[in-house]
Amino acid sequence: MRSKNAGPFQITIDLMFNDRAVYDRVIGSGALSAKAIAPLYGVAEDLVRIMPFERVRAIKITVPRTTGEHGSGSAFDRDVYGAQQHGPLVDLRIP
Amino acid sequence: MQEMRIVSVNGCLGYGFEASSLAAGCELDPAMVGADAGSTDPGPFYLGSGQSLVKPPQIRRDLGLALKNARAAKVPLVIGSAGMGGGEPNLQLFKKILLEIARDEGLHFKLATIHSEIPKERVRDAVRAKKIVPMADVPELTEEAVMDSVRIVGQMGTDPFAHALDKGADVVLTGRSCDTAIYAALPIARGFDPGLALHMAKIMECGAQCAIPLAPNDSLLGTIRKDHFLVRPLHKQRICTPDSVAAHTMYEQGNPHILYEPEGDVDMTGADFEQVDEQTVRVSGSRFIPTPRLRIKLEGARLAGFRSFTIAGIRDRTVIANLPIIEETVRAAVKRNLGGVPDSDYKLGFRYYGRDAVLGLLEPERNNIPHEVGAMVEAIGKTQEIADHVLSLARSSLLHCPFPGRKTTAGNLAFPASPSDTSAGAVYEFSVYHLMDVDDQLALFPLELESI
Repeated sequence: MRSKNAGPFQITIDLMFNDRAVYDRVIGSGALSAKAIAPLYGVAEDLVRIMPFERVRAIKITVPRTTGEHGSGSAFDRDVYGAQQHGPLVDLRIP
Repeated sequence: MQEMRIVSVNGCLGYGFEASSLAAGCELDPAMVGADAGSTDPGPFYLGSGQSLVKPPQIRRDLGLALKNARAAKVPLVIGSAGMGGGEPNLQLFKKILLEIARDEGLHFKLATIHSEIPKERVRDAVRAKKIVPMADVPELTEEAVMDSVRIVGQMGTDPFAHALDKGADVVLTGRSCDTAIYAALPIARGFDPGLALHMAKIMECGAQCAIPLAPNDSLLGTIRKDHFLVRPLHKQRICTPDSVAAHTMYEQGNPHILYEPEGDVDMTGADFEQVDEQTVRVSGSRFIPTPRLRIKLEGARLAGFRSFTIAGIRDRTVIANLPIIEETVRAAVKRNLGGVPDSDYKLGFRYYGRDAVLGLLEPERNNIPHEVGAMVEAIGKTQEIADHVLSLARSSLLHCPFPGRKTTAGNLAFPASPSDTSAGAVYEFSVYHLMDVDDQLALFPLELESI
């Protein structure tokens, strides 16, 4: 799992799986929904984009950046590179 | 031409790289050596202030090796986003170091410098003509945001690079550019498939970041052919795998399947990644979709104030448990004691490392009381003087702040240093991050050609 800026106004989180079966289970579970992720990142549901990238058994989640007053590196930012924003997803339960 | 080989020095000039990797790449008869030297990633400060994230001695080392190797191999050295932010001061610092190296080493070459600063009036007129659209999750651009900017740069695509190489430049130094343009311009100009060239460039711009062990500070070889391209690390101890290359394809971009470039999109949904030998991966199937309209990404930075901050440790659980009350008490004390400084002239922020500093209100564990936290108190003021003043009041007030059940009457904070407060200077923010319709890239990004 990794997170990173996708430009100054978006955070993108990549979930990459070694095991095809685990990837299929996560995709099939429906646990990674905009409804589940939006409150974890404090953004509106319709701004959460979830994009599976099957070739590498990966799921990309992109959300608007909320840390900082006006994008990355602005006043009171918490994570200029956006590299530690995957935390809230770590404890998500997959049924 | 059957194939073209390109060497990527590393992910960012100034990050360092293995000299032997670059030398090994230059022995393979490459058509060019490329390097990226900038990004918006470190934040708006570098564009706004004109300073470089990597320091001159680091640039001198990396650029010196790149220049000497490229000149010895008699191939162009192409450097994009020279000096980090891409503004004129960034570009000129980089050029100054380049000229010093050339003089010290007795090197002579044809230098193309391509500028990327866009006059504010040009952007304002584009706003008025409705030729500007925001990037995803970015508000509409206003004339005010444009005119408030310290400087605005455009991210050039492949055309200005191709034009400079066509003019016979041995070294191309550009202001802000698309990372991909550095590596894709030459193969596209020589007739290779733009979809493959841009996809290969996307992987090459981070150096050996697509390899295992991954490293932005090492060199990579890209080889483009008619219907596929190959990538492999130039260090013997690294390998590329189909997974590592495919995973890098979607790195730091919002959509894993599409690369958006000024000249068009690259659709990677049909891309295939295969292992060729122990170190090399072959990629095919990326498809270029030309854009109906050329659009250049603009980046602008404006001054947001001045910062002052202090860092201290807290090793008392009752203090940690009362931080929300303490914070409010401190805010009120600062406001009371500031004497004449209006509320609008400053902002005060608190961050607790060990509790929720990274995620703030989103932190699921913020209500667990840790045994120790690091407090960062930060003031942003209209002037540095105001920021320093606000911080000084906040620091002393936090140190001695009363709270229910207090036993630590000597002080709530453990300061690691004296003086405790740091005046950190200007704070910038991105004022422009938008796309502008453009008819002619060569007119927008002027080229300067000279013999060194």
